[in-house]
Amino acid sequence: MKLLTAFISGTLFGLGLILAGMTDPLKVLAFLDVTGRWDPSLALVMVGAIGSAAMGFAYAGKRRHTLLGDKLQLPERRDINTPLIVGSTLFGIGWGLAGYCPGPGVVGLWAGSLPAAVFVIALFFGIEAHAWYDQERGQGDADKANADS
Amino acid sequence: MSIDWSAFTPWPALSGGILIGLASVVLVLWNGRIAGISGILGGLLSRVEGDNAWRLAFILGLLAAPWLWAAKHHGSLPQSSFSPASPWEWGQLVVGGLLVGFGTRLANGCTSGHGVCGLARLSLRSLVAVLIFMSAGMATVFMTRHLAGV
Repeated sequence: MKLLTAFISGTLFGLGLILAGMTDPLKVLAFLDVTGRWDPSLALVMVGAIGSAAMGFAYAGKRRHTLLGDKLQLPERRDINTPLIVGSTLFGIGWGLAGYCPGPGVVGLWAGSLPAAVFVIALFFGIEAHAWYDQERGQGDADKANADS
Repeated sequence: MSIDWSAFTPWPALSGGILIGLASVVLVLWNGRIAGISGILGGLLSRVEGDNAWRLAFILGLLAAPWLWAAKHHGSLPQSSFSPASPWEWGQLVVGGLLVGFGTRLANGCTSGHGVCGLARLSLRSLVAVLIFMSAGMATVFMTRHLAGV
């Protein structure tokens, strides 16, 4: 059952990305291009996503268990630290360069897009590089224990 | 700034966003997890023993989406007119991918984890992350499109 709901969630997520136009890097870049010919569409994607998610999370926040009776694993971190700031800056630069963030990259990969495939391969190397960096610092376990996502 | 009204697609954007939000709600209410793509990919890629079955199921769902879309739209997969022409543009994709991978793991979230779930949970930490990556993305596009003239 849990695998089915995770699969359904992934499918809805992917269909949402496609419908919203986020799987097209040109549309994403047009949103980020505020000083050029700006396409504000993605702001509405965020409004729709955050608005509908907020209702669900408000309800989830009142519960201690999932609808299937397991423990709810919500992030508890509140600290605004250097990794958050540096990591988000690097992510933003990469997003602006490629026009892909992780979700649309994965969806585009299966839609047979070569640029998406190139992006996802580089993405995996970036994730691996961080895993290596994390291990070198010896803080891997502490960070994973209270990750946001 | 000039708004490109011809490219503006308010209804698909809004309804696509609502689908993304619903997907996050399904995952948190039934699986008790945050729908953060970078976190899910990171969990799958780390060879540490863990609860990875749901992560794999979620990614398979993401991969199934374009095929479901195609089935509904006369067999055509969602395609983009995006096609890098120069080695410079392919390089942007590669460097971009590396930075997105490293950065989202360092910040513990991307557009989905911080942007959708974090903001929906009214997390200040996520708001800071979103403001930073949006600004950095806009600054980067400004430099590549308007300063470097690529």
